[in-house]
Amino acid sequence: MSASNEILIAAERLTIDYRADGRWLNAVCETDLQIAPGEIHGLVGESGSGKSTLALGMMRYLAANARASGRVSFDGSDLLTKPDDAMQRIWGKQIALVPQDALASLNPSQRIGDQIAEVARLHDGLSASEANTLAVEMLRRVRFSEPEDAARRYPHQLSGGMQQRASIAMALIARPRLLILDEPTTSLDVTTEAAIIDLIRDLIRDTQAAALFVTHNLGIVAQLCDRMTVLYAGEIMASGAVADLFARPLHPYTIQLLASLPRPTHGTETRLPTIEGVAPSPTNRPTGCVFAPRCPAAIAICGTKPPVEALDGGRLIKCHRWREIAAGTLTLEAPPIQPIRANDAPTAGYTLTTRDLRKTFARRGMFQRRARLVAVDDVSLQVRARSTLGLVGESGSGKTTAARLIAGLEMADAGTMELLDVPLANGARARPVETLQRLQMIFQNPNDSLNPYRSVGATLQRAIYRLSTAKLSSAEINARVMMLLESVRLPANYADRYPSELSGGEKQRVAIARAFAADPALVVADEPTSALDASVQSAVLNLLKDLRAERGVSYLFISHDLNAVAYLADWIAVMYRGEIVEEGDVEQVYNPPSHPYTEALLSAIPNPDPTIKTHRILLNDDANGAQVITGCPFHPRCPRKIGAICEHEAPPYRDAGAGHFIRCHIPVDELTVLQTSAPTMRTGQALPRPETP
Amino acid sequence: MTRYLARRLVLMALTLLLTSILIFALTQLLPGDVARLILGREARPEALENLRIQLGLNDPVPMQYWNWLTGFVSGDWGTSFIGGSAPIRPLVLERLGNSLKLALLALTFCVPLSILLGAVAALREQKFVDGAISLFTLAVVGLPEFVTGLALINIFALGLGWFPASASADTPTLGELLRQLTLPALTASFVLIAYIVRLTRAGVVDELKKPYVRTATLKGLSRRAVLVRHVLRNALAPTITVIAISFGWLIGGLVVIENVFSYPGLGRLMTAAVERKDIPLMQAVVMVVIFFYAAANLIADLLVAFLNPRVRLE
Amino acid sequence: MFVLIAIFGSTIAPYRYDALIRGAARLPPSVEYPFGTDRLGRDVYSRILWGARDIVGLPALTTALAVTFGAAIGLYIGYRGGWVDEVVSRIMDSLLAIPALILALVMLGTLGASQTGIVIVIVVLYTPIVARVVRSAVLSLRSTGYIEAAKLRGESTPYILFRELLPGVLPALIVEGALRFSYAIFLTASLGFLGLGVQPPSPDWGRMVNEARDSYAQTPWALWAPAASIALLIIGVNLLSDGLRRTLRYEGTLG
Repeated sequence: MSASNEILIAAERLTIDYRADGRWLNAVCETDLQIAPGEIHGLVGESGSGKSTLALGMMRYLAANARASGRVSFDGSDLLTKPDDAMQRIWGKQIALVPQDALASLNPSQRIGDQIAEVARLHDGLSASEANTLAVEMLRRVRFSEPEDAARRYPHQLSGGMQQRASIAMALIARPRLLILDEPTTSLDVTTEAAIIDLIRDLIRDTQAAALFVTHNLGIVAQLCDRMTVLYAGEIMASGAVADLFARPLHPYTIQLLASLPRPTHGTETRLPTIEGVAPSPTNRPTGCVFAPRCPAAIAICGTKPPVEALDGGRLIKCHRWREIAAGTLTLEAPPIQPIRANDAPTAGYTLTTRDLRKTFARRGMFQRRARLVAVDDVSLQVRARSTLGLVGESGSGKTTAARLIAGLEMADAGTMELLDVPLANGARARPVETLQRLQMIFQNPNDSLNPYRSVGATLQRAIYRLSTAKLSSAEINARVMMLLESVRLPANYADRYPSELSGGEKQRVAIARAFAADPALVVADEPTSALDASVQSAVLNLLKDLRAERGVSYLFISHDLNAVAYLADWIAVMYRGEIVEEGDVEQVYNPPSHPYTEALLSAIPNPDPTIKTHRILLNDDANGAQVITGCPFHPRCPRKIGAICEHEAPPYRDAGAGHFIRCHIPVDELTVLQTSAPTMRTGQALPRPETP
Repeated sequence: MTRYLARRLVLMALTLLLTSILIFALTQLLPGDVARLILGREARPEALENLRIQLGLNDPVPMQYWNWLTGFVSGDWGTSFIGGSAPIRPLVLERLGNSLKLALLALTFCVPLSILLGAVAALREQKFVDGAISLFTLAVVGLPEFVTGLALINIFALGLGWFPASASADTPTLGELLRQLTLPALTASFVLIAYIVRLTRAGVVDELKKPYVRTATLKGLSRRAVLVRHVLRNALAPTITVIAISFGWLIGGLVVIENVFSYPGLGRLMTAAVERKDIPLMQAVVMVVIFFYAAANLIADLLVAFLNPRVRLE
Repeated sequence: MFVLIAIFGSTIAPYRYDALIRGAARLPPSVEYPFGTDRLGRDVYSRILWGARDIVGLPALTTALAVTFGAAIGLYIGYRGGWVDEVVSRIMDSLLAIPALILALVMLGTLGASQTGIVIVIVVLYTPIVARVVRSAVLSLRSTGYIEAAKLRGESTPYILFRELLPGVLPALIVEGALRFSYAIFLTASLGFLGLGVQPPSPDWGRMVNEARDSYAQTPWALWAPAASIALLIIGVNLLSDGLRRTLRYEGTLG
């Protein structure tokens, strides 16, 4: 944190428009943003808020069809007026970018070392060998365990985490004064993300660079950033010190955003606060306050644009009513936590049982070595009646494959499945209509869940028609369509709309309606909210909860987002590399004793409370997925590995009581002791990190 | 990489084999009695029968194929049916040489020019230069060779007299070679240029949109450096493949051009063979053409694999 | 871009003009005829108009057939995958390894030069190309959510192929079809030039060009009229297909 009043870079009334379909649309509207030397500034917003455009605009990188007005002061001059060749001296040397998609941002046919060294040769005039040495040194600083080896590799040979580290090395090699990071961890697993965030924090402190960190994840901002700016629909809503904004949010948008983050519910049937409505697209931005249409505190004056006002401590706010909020006369309480109308309590029995499911993928191709990947390794699951089982894991854990096996989209190589105590055939084609009625699926990507050439009504009609055993008249089918639309809280006239006219959240609702067309007993939900914005996620999660209460359906809920899982699920199973390493109810899994992987996973989630600095367990980057690992699959990365036994023997399932199982060589009592002696801490010292193997 | 090479070689051999079977099967369907064709209509039945036995025409078809295949592979390409039983191999090889000369000349004209034009068009995308180039290629790409060929003859040979109206294969010196073959090579080039320019342009345009180009720009590299050092390597893969395919076409597919310019290449040989139902000759020509085509494809694939580390390190 | 379609439209209008033609009778050479007459005394203009039907109709028919077969094959193997895909793709690759004209020559030699022969040759040549394009479009659509949802409804394979996949594949198919049409015209004209197309006295444009070469000195127009017509037709079709490609925003193959 810088103590001086210097400003490194400042945007004044920066406006960026872009041209599409013959019209000029506004992406960023008259935004002010200042960053001091050494400051880590978080830029928060949802998709479509214009945050990436703003960040790139500040380094004067604009798309070919964009134009900017305003001023960006850097080093005493206005970047917006500089021509390209002048900017070429600044890019890479003074200001550098760490982009979101590391793999796509690296030249696929150039070695990593060469790409990194190129920057040093260009800006610092180093010779080829000097630059190469420096590149290797940078790779060491970003914690590659074998930097010389890495430097000779090509981007596709590295894992996601390693690619991003290489990107960071490339950005920092010329010691820029400002680093712009555009959602650098969004596409990474949570555990990898934790390691990268930690690395970024350390490197920025060491190099004393300033950073502009663009993200939609409030947890990261709370843990990493000094100051932040909240952006909505291209306009600044609030900005200031992170501690201030989290402790005393003054803007209705900020308040509601913080309130809507999913948190563990600890058993009660509650609803998440949501922000009603959808963010406006650039073509129909409101003329007054951009947030007014969705703001519960909107009044008449909000039809005009609020001024940007400055408060003490360098805080900015853009709202007509902030004074009332600050004074406490206006409160935006979340609606009182209403228990959802629950039908009968969960009944006994199991909706779904699987035993020893196995799926191996072999690499095809003539004359090629057959590499085998065991995606799902003897997985046995149970989904209790009228309850939700959350299946948690990161990429490569096999959770999606397991879900697809159950749904019938892939054929299992071994194992059995039962639905409502009736054996479930392997593969959807072998299943009779009655089975298909009872088991349906919701997919991750709402944008390709629906046939773009069919109207919503037609899609639902087809589902109803195909999945019914009785002969339904078209009037009956239409009535059911209306009923389904209503149950997912969509207006009846949506039946005539096409998917291209719907937002992401609305498309997902239609997909949910389609899954419920035949009143299923089990719905497999594969990361249904991962592709949605934060403000929409809560609405969809609420909907799923409601439907569960109304219809008595069970869910198999796949996710990598532990908080969402904790909100929706009753029971959790944690998967790693094709195996279930822990299962239990939400309370049991979230608290010690836990499997070491679960422990690391939980600690890696950035906590959206800046006063709580969680001690994060950092794992090495994931090993190459194709390697075969004997013994416990987690042993190469496990911080609690006890020795050779972990490498050679598969760990046993240990019973931790009341349906809680942990698969580890360490006995349960010992785990409890080990894990409770390193609790989270309030602001203050961080514990020294345990040795990473 | 070696594994990749081995795989491709095997595939190539398989393709050749498959194609030879295909061709052989087709020729078997040719109507008309071969023996009668050779000896003429007045031949006596015994003579016909003798000839048939001699040519192996009475043997079962698979055996005929096998005989032919073994013969072909060992260098014995048989003798042509018509025209006094001339041995096929020297005939085909001579024509092959002619075709090769023409092919290489055409390639030299068109490859550097098209890549240049394609890259320029991509860089100035949506601007005037791009539009002009695109229009030109669109207009030219579909014109049959005889149209362009005849037009060129009209202008340059008959009109200006710079080049002869028909190309001869007798080219003792390089100068003479250029004089004889420029027009036909240009004609062939026209089609290819249009095609390659469009493909290169599309490839470069696509590549320029990729995120790593932004990274390169934001490293501070000049536009030219970005293009030359980063983009071109990755953008040229489809272009290379197409150039290889074109080579195959240039060897055996120039039937029309050879006709227009009366040039003794493989294409005309093939036409003659088909007209006279000269089966061994047809088979030989086809095999040669396909060999070059497959070889060119192989080289192109290897080149692309070389440029693309993903494949190379498999 | 619709201007281009208009250009194409006006190009083709007079060519479809065969209803009002004077018969393709032999008339004495005279310059008063729009395109003159050829060496046998036939009115070139009429012959062109009559020939238009063949040079547009025949390629249109073959393209339609190739597109239909190619789409069916491409849809099926793209969706099924597995060894069916491998085998069929290899066979098609073998077919494509042979340069078009050579194969055409061989086949026509076998089948005899005739309209049917040409149709068969072009369909055999172009079906694999269309199938390839369709197959790759299917491959990219195969794993979308709505296709999987269809599987979960127990939809039959033909249903999935034609009601769910085909609409997504259609833009690529249309663009490729237009391109194939252009090449079909090209090929038909070339074959005609070589004498392998429609037989005399039918007015095949390609053959007209070839026939006019001998008497070029006296009747240059007899050569240029059909040649220029072929050129204009192809350019028009190309512009049309390019316009289509831009409207549908799809690249397609370029060959």
